[in-house]
Parts: sequence; structure tokens; C-alpha cells
Amino acid sequence: MKKVFLAYEDHQEYLKLISKGEWNLESVRQIEKKLRTTPCNKKIIWDVSDVRVFDSAGVLLFIEYYERFQKEVQIEVIGYTDKQKEMYELLTKDLDALPPPRKVRLLESIGRQTYEMMYDVYDFVTFLGHLAFTFLYILKRPKNFRIKEIVYHIHQSGFNALIIIALTSFLVGMVISYQGSVQLAKFGADMFIVDTVAISITRELGPMITAIVIAGRSGSAYTAEIGAMKITEEIAAMRTMGFDPYAFLVLPRVIALMIALPLLIFFSDIVGILGGMVASDIQLGISFTQFTDRLYEVLEVKHYILGMIKGPVFAFIIASVGCFRGFQVSDNTESIGLHTTASVVNSIFLVIAFDALFSVLYTELGL
Amino acid sequence: MKPVIEVEDVVTRFGERTIHDGVNLHINQNEIYAILGESGSGKSVLMKEMIMLLQPNAGKISVLGHHLKGISHKDAHELRTEWGVLFQFGALFSSLTIAENIEVQLKEYTNLSKMMRANLVRSKLALVGLDPHVGALYPAELSGGMIKRAALARALAMEPCLLFLDEPTSGLDPIGARNFDALIVELRDLLGITVVIITHDLDSIFSIVNRMAVLADKHVVAEGTLENVLQSKHPFVEAFFKNDYTKERFKEKIKDV
Repeated sequence: MKKVFLAYEDHQEYLKLISKGEWNLESVRQIEKKLRTTPCNKKIIWDVSDVRVFDSAGVLLFIEYYERFQKEVQIEVIGYTDKQKEMYELLTKDLDALPPPRKVRLLESIGRQTYEMMYDVYDFVTFLGHLAFTFLYILKRPKNFRIKEIVYHIHQSGFNALIIIALTSFLVGMVISYQGSVQLAKFGADMFIVDTVAISITRELGPMITAIVIAGRSGSAYTAEIGAMKITEEIAAMRTMGFDPYAFLVLPRVIALMIALPLLIFFSDIVGILGGMVASDIQLGISFTQFTDRLYEVLEVKHYILGMIKGPVFAFIIASVGCFRGFQVSDNTESIGLHTTASVVNSIFLVIAFDALFSVLYTELGL
Repeated sequence: MKPVIEVEDVVTRFGERTIHDGVNLHINQNEIYAILGESGSGKSVLMKEMIMLLQPNAGKISVLGHHLKGISHKDAHELRTEWGVLFQFGALFSSLTIAENIEVQLKEYTNLSKMMRANLVRSKLALVGLDPHVGALYPAELSGGMIKRAALARALAMEPCLLFLDEPTSGLDPIGARNFDALIVELRDLLGITVVIITHDLDSIFSIVNRMAVLADKHVVAEGTLENVLQSKHPFVEAFFKNDYTKERFKEKIKDV
């Protein structure tokens, strides 16, 4: 049986609205459908004496339509109890207290974001300053160098990354070789595939791939680790115990990565060239012996060195951005995610920007 | 006798929000001093300023005779080894076991032998009433009450002369909380330390606290012993101490005021 919540009595000079039954969370939608169709052409007398249960949803609905009717016609409410009136007053009071939602204008939001971004840069410079200070402070007291942590982080972010670096470098080497060999074969310049692969891998791709993989792998881990420590107040606890977090958390990570990344790049160079070697054997039939002979002729040591120089720079960028973003985490778990994302995006962008800078520099210097 | 901590005219602002607008208090040696106030009144902020995690915008704080503003790197370091801090949620290092957590400062700052350190760790665990085998566990494996005890053990590791406790009994069961109170008094008497507590716990306030400061409306609205504070007519003091529940619960303590 369908329950009736609302009935009409049409009189000559007024319409009588009779509310019935339970006006609560379950019924309000149904009642509202009915209320919406109420004609508003003459005075309304709203009788609520038959309502058995009234919860705040019911009262809110009543208030909404009471105000709506009031705008159109005269309205009078009869048959309410003291309790209902109390509830009505409570709810209307709260409605007034609700602050209007603040509109953020486009210009304001652009301004705010610019300001925040500027502050980010400002904070990062402060961070670097603090890091430099800590480094100098520890240089004076070498026994405070945290060798154990450094070794641990070299193992974590260096050694444990070998497999993924090998896989990506090998594939990139193969892809370069495949793509290059198609073009070079057109000119009958098959042998130049060795130059293409070797020089592009050692100078550009080796360092870049390694840096990007490490940024995604270790940079994000640094942010998340430090961020979580910040949320649980471990960082504050460290400070009160006189353990400078820069000396204990940041510096070991930065130094470890600056040692590990060049080693990984060296490894990536070897595996990348190996990938190119395999692909050119399959595609162009250049045997491993031919490839290595040609490699000796064309791959000067300088290309390798120029690639390696980027290693510590990229490592510094990744580790410092990772730690910096970790310290920015505020007191909620969501901000760990946001800052980890920001950390990876920033460090990959900076790695690519600095790679471009190196390219310009090397070209200008005629290297 | 010179106070251990002096806070003079401290002003703290976060953006446009003013937290403290001229806060003054002083904490004497060997007393248990409580900082009270409603949530958001800046109790934790004040404590963070005392332990150099935050800096006030204006005013002067001195702890154990050092002015915190412009304190040298060396003095700051010295100061940090002279106090212990218990954070509200323990803040134990989650990657270290409880024993390593307690040991970490000893390892860093002293040249005690491994054996000696292990003994010290055991004695600290016993002092706070934890089983020796807890030392091998990680913080994540402990209950809330045990974490508080372990964190207290860590705070005591360097034999501090000053102890900061941020809501030590919150989140503990009533019996655990009373035991913790008893422990604090015992430590104060045994080791002669000064204790600064942030608390809402009426039982602690009525039983163990010697003096207190009530923060409200950006100021200290009442300071001193319980009797002194109860004389204040400030609305927060009225609501906090003179509601029906408190009156009934602590009849004999309140009636003589």
C-alpha cells in the first residue's frame, strides 16, 4: 500500500494542505515530488497536526516549501507542536549561520598559484642553503659522516635498480639500432649503425634513461619516506633530540645517489650498446666482432666522459628534489601522494632541462 | 631560585591568525607544570616554541638559562641533549626497534660500550614498566599505551633535567592513565627533573600538577597553583573547572576555594 504523506482540501478562498504520516529521511523525496505540483493561486493553510514523525530532513523540506509558497501567496501554518517549532527554529538558525561559499575568481587563483610557486622556489633555495651548510659543517667533523646510511642507500637506490636499468637500457639500445638501421641501409651505410648507437647511448641516452628511471624509483621513495616521517612527527622528534634531519636523512641520500648514479650510467652504457649490437646483428647482419672492431674506432673516451659528467648533477637534482618535497608534506596522508607526484614530475623535468643545458654547453665548447 | 623556563610577551601568528598575543609564564625547578586551554588555544604551539621546533614572531623564551632567539648552533645542540620530549603519538622512529629507539641518542652522543648501552636500555624499559622483550619489537607492533611508555623511555634516555610531555594520558585507559601519572611523579621525585605537561586530563590536573597556566583568548588567563587558578573568573576557567561534573567529581578539592 502506498502511504499518503500529503492531502489537499480545496476550499473556496484557500487551499488546505494536510501533512500526514512520517516526514523523515526515507519519505522526503516522495513528498517533495508531490509538493512540487501544489498549485499556488490562493491562500494556503498548511496543517501539520497529523504528522507523526518529523526529523530534520522533514523539517528542512517543510522550510524550503514554506519559503517558496510564501513568495507566491499568503500562507498560514497550523497544528504544530512546541517540539516541531523548536526544531524549526534550530534549523532556520543554522541555515542563517551557514557562510556563503566563497567564489575564487580566475585572477585570484592565478595570483595565488604564482605566489605559491614563487614560494616553492624560495623554499627550495632555503633547502639548498641548509643542505650546503650541513655539508660544510660535517666536512669539518668527518666522523659525523653517516657512512652506514650512505652505503645502505647506495644499495637501495643503486644496486637494487640494476635489473630495471638493464632492461630499459637494453631495449632502448635495440630500438635505436632497429630504427637507425632501416635509414642507414637505404644509403648502404650499414656500418654507421655502430656510431649511431654508441655515441647516442654514451652521450645522451644512457645518462637520461638512468636518471629518469631513478627519479621514478628512488626520488619518489625519498619523498614518501621523509613525508611519512614528517606526518608521524618523527622529524620533529629528531630535531628535539638534536639530530639534524639534513645530516641524518638528506645528506646520506644525496651523497649515496651521487655515487650510485654514475655507476648505474656506466652499466646502462654497456647494456645499451649490447642491445644495439644484438639488434644490428639481427637486422643488418653485422657480427659482434665487426661491431666491436668498429666500436674501438669510433667511440672516443670523451663521449663516455661527457655522458658520465651528467651523472652526479642528475643525482643531485633527483635526491634533493625528492627530499625537499618530502619535507613539504603537511599533516595529512593525501599530501604524501601529491608531493610524491610533484617530486617525480619536477625531477624528471629538471633532468631533461639540465640535459638540454649540457647539450648547449658541449656544443658551444666544441666537444 | 631561577626559573627553568621563562616565557615573556610571546606573540605567535600563522598568516593572519594570531595564536598568542603576549603570553607570559615561568616554570620553576622540580615542579610538574601543566599548560591547559581549549583546543586551538595554542598549547602545542607554545610547547613547540619552547623546544625550538617553531619560533615565535615576537617575545622572549629562555630555557635552562639560554635565550632561544639567536641561540648558537652549539648551545642549541647542548640544550637538546638536556631535555626529553614525549610527543602526543609517541613519534618513535618506525624503522627502528624500541630498544634501538631508546639507544639512538646514547649511541650518537656518548662513547659508552655496547654492553653498557644495552643495560641502560633495559633499565629505562623497566623504569617505565615495560617488559625487556618489548625492546626487540617495532613501534607498529605495540599498543597505544606501550608506545607512550616506550616514547617516555626514549625521552629519558639521556638523563634529561627537563621533560616535555604532550598529552601523555590521552588515548590511555583510565587505569593506564593513573599509572602514567604515578610514573611521572615518581620520575620527578627520583630523578629531580622538571616536567612540563600539556593535558586535558582533570585527574592529572587535580592529582599530580603543582602549578599550571591556562591559555585562552591568546593570553595566559590564569597561572599558579590549583587554588590560584580556581579563583579566576575567566569563562574558560569557569567552564573547565566549575561545571557540574568537575564539581561533583572533585568535591573536596574544589570546596575549600
